[in-house]
Amino acid sequence: MYRYILKRLILVIPVLLGISVIVFLIMAMLPGDAAQAILGSFATPENLARVRSDLGLDEPLVTRYVIWLGNMLQGDFGRSYTLQRPVLDEVLDRLGPTLLLAGTSLVLASIMGMLAGIIAAMKQFGWQDALFTFIVLIGISTPSFWLGLMFVLLFSLNLGWFPVSGMTAVIGGGGVFDVLRHLALPAVTLAVVATGVIARLTRSTMLEVLRKDFVRSARAKGLPERTVIMKHAYKNALVNIIPVLGIQAGFVIGGAVYIETVFQWPGIGRMLVNAILTRDVLLVQGGVVVVAAIYVLINLTADVFQHFLDPRISV
Amino acid sequence: MKRWTAIAVLLTAITAMAWAAGAGEQEDGPETLVVGQIAEPNALDPHTVTAVNDFRILVNLYDGLVRFQDGSLAVEPALATDWEISDDGTVYTFELRQGVTFHDGTPFNAEAVKFNFDRMLDESHPYYDTGPFPLSFYFSAIQETRVVDEYTVQLILGEPFAPLMSNLAYPTGLLVSPTAVETHGAEFGRNPVGTGAFQFVEWQSNTNVTVEANENYWDGPVGVEQVIFRPITDANTRVTEMLSGGLDLMVEVPPDSVQVFEQRDEFTVYEQAGPHLWFLILNLREGPFTSKAMRQAVNYAIDKEGLVENVLQGTATVADSPIPPAFDWAYNEDLDPYPYDPARAQELIEEAGYDGEELVFYVTEGGSGMLDPVPMGTAIQADLEAVGIDVSIETYEWNTFLGRVNPGLEGKADMAQMAWMTNDPDTLPFLALRTAAWPEEGGFNSGYYSNPEVDELLAQARRSTDQSERARLYREVQEIVYDDAPWVFVANWQQNAVAVSDLQNFSLQPSFLLKLAPVSLD
Repeated sequence: MYRYILKRLILVIPVLLGISVIVFLIMAMLPGDAAQAILGSFATPENLARVRSDLGLDEPLVTRYVIWLGNMLQGDFGRSYTLQRPVLDEVLDRLGPTLLLAGTSLVLASIMGMLAGIIAAMKQFGWQDALFTFIVLIGISTPSFWLGLMFVLLFSLNLGWFPVSGMTAVIGGGGVFDVLRHLALPAVTLAVVATGVIARLTRSTMLEVLRKDFVRSARAKGLPERTVIMKHAYKNALVNIIPVLGIQAGFVIGGAVYIETVFQWPGIGRMLVNAILTRDVLLVQGGVVVVAAIYVLINLTADVFQHFLDPRISV
Repeated sequence: MKRWTAIAVLLTAITAMAWAAGAGEQEDGPETLVVGQIAEPNALDPHTVTAVNDFRILVNLYDGLVRFQDGSLAVEPALATDWEISDDGTVYTFELRQGVTFHDGTPFNAEAVKFNFDRMLDESHPYYDTGPFPLSFYFSAIQETRVVDEYTVQLILGEPFAPLMSNLAYPTGLLVSPTAVETHGAEFGRNPVGTGAFQFVEWQSNTNVTVEANENYWDGPVGVEQVIFRPITDANTRVTEMLSGGLDLMVEVPPDSVQVFEQRDEFTVYEQAGPHLWFLILNLREGPFTSKAMRQAVNYAIDKEGLVENVLQGTATVADSPIPPAFDWAYNEDLDPYPYDPARAQELIEEAGYDGEELVFYVTEGGSGMLDPVPMGTAIQADLEAVGIDVSIETYEWNTFLGRVNPGLEGKADMAQMAWMTNDPDTLPFLALRTAAWPEEGGFNSGYYSNPEVDELLAQARRSTDQSERARLYREVQEIVYDDAPWVFVANWQQNAVAVSDLQNFSLQPSFLLKLAPVSLD
């Protein structure tokens, strides 16, 4: 078990290094650099050259990468030129809200998705199956930013049940209930797509497992159907569902970029969008590396959990 | 399934409680004005930022030596009570207001003024580090700041520079507390201290900037106790927040939503023309636009009225020259926009001998002051098509777009969209119409317009310290440029805002700044 975890942890290092190279190259290849974005309409060739040398953008690509990586390994992610504060401070400030939003969505999606999947599998070709399959298909096909706007129109503007945007009320906000109220709409919106994916996977995995011999034996033993489903079939299906939850975690964090923009959630997704538009290279790079690291860790956890459920699975 | 039912009931109960807890919120605490901004500010240090979005907060935290009069772009006293300009236009002597202190208690005096200008301009100053700052050219004419006595300060210029007074009234000229700069160093932009009507309370990233009334404000009592600026980047979300009561005031209402607010009694819509110009740069170095007839032809061929009414839905007016009407003292009233006249355009095209060659038109996806560039671009393309000009559009993201346009259009395009917002009638023509402002000389004249007469008039206007003389020169510039047509003059944006009807004493300023000191809530 520990050897497995250790092996996987060592494999994380080249993955993160690869990510750092890719994000660095993408930002370097984007037309229009930070100097261009700072100067905006005032960008003459002369001004550009001055600002580029101020920012160290005139150094060769490899030198810039090595300096960035070296500093980052020492915990210095650099300074965001647009926000005029250290990148790491900003990223850490934003991480909490994003994890809260993505985590809640993932939990919601997992519960609803697995429940829908199990019921659909139990009643294969029944009306429940048809209904869930239909709803799930709609869920997967709906663009989440549009769905978010519709939720706001209905639940915030017309019914007045939930606030329109933000994470806390600007006046006298900040309590647990205040955050929950603000969290409800974005979390549900974000959960919709993931729910669909999880439901479909749960359904097909459950169907497969339900056809296995041990399920037939369990039923033959005269166990109640509920025990057969929950104790025997579901637990075995879970081995295949867990890694997909890990992958969905990635999609949920990625999807947070739109949702945070629609709902003005003060998370890392919105930070990245702004940073890309302003070519705030260090902020983009730092943000992506941290998000990627979290994604890798979640997947690692999912794999370890899967290994725990089924020790036959190895690296 | 009983367990699931129980969980469902529990979840519903929690939701209901959360909802009830929120609904029970009451507005005790200080009287608060909530303002919807279009983005998170970059920093609250006037000497490092360039965005109007940041300026809207800054002018409420800080004061400058002078400021724009209410409803005008003319200059009036602020922290300087009086000033004198030497006859040769190179020495500006300011008498400072006495008894003013910064929010941190630092006294405001001549030393503080010197600290501010040295911080921006003197490379040997210990706090010179204001970063790569494009607006420093506003004050680059200043060679030295001299303290005469405690309440008298002189700005010594290398050469006469008439726009200096308007530049001082612009947010770049706002004055910061020297003590706070010394204490916070690089973090000053997140810990602002000025002399303004409001003092800084807190800044939560991407959530809010909160300021409270400065009880010792030198310019009379402040109308509300607290102002919260909320950055809401998505225009639709901003509109829904306003409709649901989450905001008291929002700026830059999308044209599509203005009507929604106009129809409701609980909101008031404000509009104000500003010093903004949306235009097309034409390439005068090569291709069909080397011919003046051809340049005038496109000015006639484009239905600007239609653009302003249909695409921009009345949120702009038709432009007629490089100087927007918001500069009331310098604007040439005798000019009328080129009328929409396709027949006249076709005559001119024939006269120019245009051979039907396809023109390349640079369009941006969006950017500062660019309004609705893609629909505007395609409408222009259609208008030109109608008079027989074949136009091919190339669209670029804003920063990429600037990276292609600013170095000059030669070898790349025949026309490009552009927009500027300025604070003095000098700025745009000086930076973008002079021969010495061609891109290779470090200017923004990306279409290579050159007319020695215009060059001379602009130089004279810079040397003159008499406003009526300057006005005369600018009017002449407008007439010549109108006729030479190096640009297609398209639109002057009207900024707008929506406020709850309870808001009193609010008005939008031609400077596009947001003065909240006199505003109150009923």
